Amino acid sequence: MDDGYFQQFLSLFDEFDVPAAFWVNIQLTFFAGILALILGTVLATMRISPVPSLRWAGSTYVTLLRNTPLTIIMVFCVLGLWGQLGVTLSPDFQTNFFRLAVVGLTVYHAAFVCEALRSGVNTVPVGQAEAARAIGLSFWPAARLIILPQAFRGSVAPLGNVLIALTKNSTVAAAASVAEASGLMRTMIEFRPDVILAIFLTFAFGFVLIVVPIGLATTALSRRLAVAR
Amino acid sequence: MSTLFDVPGPVARRRMVWVNIAATIVVAGIAVWVLLRLQEKGQLDPALWKPFLTASPWVNYLIPGLIDTLTAAGISIVTSAVFGFVFGLGRLSGSRAVRAASGAIVEFFRAVPVLLMMIFFYLGLGQLRILDPSDVPLVAVVLGLTFYNGSVFAELVRSGVHGLPRGQREAALAVGLRDGQSLRLVEVPQALIAMLPAITSQLVVILKDTALGVIITYPDLLDAARRFGSGNGNILQSLVVAALIFIVINYAITKFADRLAGRVGRRTAGKPRAEPPSLVVATGND
Repeated sequence: MDDGYFQQFLSLFDEFDVPAAFWVNIQLTFFAGILALILGTVLATMRISPVPSLRWAGSTYVTLLRNTPLTIIMVFCVLGLWGQLGVTLSPDFQTNFFRLAVVGLTVYHAAFVCEALRSGVNTVPVGQAEAARAIGLSFWPAARLIILPQAFRGSVAPLGNVLIALTKNSTVAAAASVAEASGLMRTMIEFRPDVILAIFLTFAFGFVLIVVPIGLATTALSRRLAVAR
Repeated sequence: MSTLFDVPGPVARRRMVWVNIAATIVVAGIAVWVLLRLQEKGQLDPALWKPFLTASPWVNYLIPGLIDTLTAAGISIVTSAVFGFVFGLGRLSGSRAVRAASGAIVEFFRAVPVLLMMIFFYLGLGQLRILDPSDVPLVAVVLGLTFYNGSVFAELVRSGVHGLPRGQREAALAVGLRDGQSLRLVEVPQALIAMLPAITSQLVVILKDTALGVIITYPDLLDAARRFGSGNGNILQSLVVAALIFIVINYAITKFADRLAGRVGRRTAGKPRAEPPSLVVATGND
């Protein structure tokens, strides 16, 4: 590997805007993450509520969405929602695809957010609820003071894993014609096949740089918040 | 039920009936609204759905696509298991260098998106010309899935061993087994049994991720559905049918994992769990 190889590889960065492509992935993750957190919280509330019809609706949603490949959902958003049903989220072509991809990522990951929150509730031992009842707390005070705080602490780690999965899955937006990192990597390799390994490692470490801090942060947070039992 | 609710009394039960009725109306209302919108756009036209009751789309598109999907998933399961076993043991190795190397490899491949790896192998193998060009997409899909899911399996092996009670190892050492023997004869077999349900749940992830192959021209179920749909003007319907096939298979796998978790319990000192690895919560004492 002589000096020229490295120089030529570096010259690729003048031609292609790699940070901009990653920025698209980060934006997809950000918007889909917030929306999935909202939708997932609603679904989790439905699934742990005592109302049978809401529980049924919530678990049906989770079963259907969790078992469908994200790629099908993405293709469906573009070819189905936009192509067939004419759902247009923005007059601008690029923005429209971006928003459709956010919708696809949201509906898919909301199912996982719901399960993460629910697994947090499941970490609370029955004894906590029984003790709350025994000291005279009724439903809302028991939920607000005893159970939900412990449940949220228990779901930090799985929610972090969902966020990591979402970050990596934002590349699947390529199936919805969004110009993001995996698409740019492909273009760059096709343009300069001789430096394929360097290009792949650049993008791979880009994701490592985004994902590893998220993992470390959520692990540290969940340790700090962990309920000693 | 969950920890949140006590067994309801008569007043709560009566109130629940009303809330239940109201909620049913809302949920049904949303479903009806969606169906009406689809009707408006002509997507519920029986002519668009009827082809799926005939043999032709199944014989010519969906079943060959499903076979390709299952082929890729099947090979990936075996290769991921081998990868996971090797690197899982590597992370438990007595040698610090082997532990660090295995750890770095596993963490790297867990952080890189599967699609990125698939595109890399697809274009890279195409360049090297060591394979028949028609095999390149399949090999690229399998390699991408193997490195990611193998790393997940490696983590499962490791966390399975760490999840065993300490007495297992102590007892093995007490009867005169060496470190490696204790790992090989006592700990890993029990860890694998305890992790079997979680490994089964991970199969759902492998099966779903084969659909990424469509981006690198692998002719899987999604690709078949898309080709049939765009040829017959019923792309929406054919994507729904493809999704339903995935849902049915994955649902069956998930149910099987749940049953497995209930059954393997007495054959291991570990704690079997059916949740996919990403949802498992460490609760301090295990």
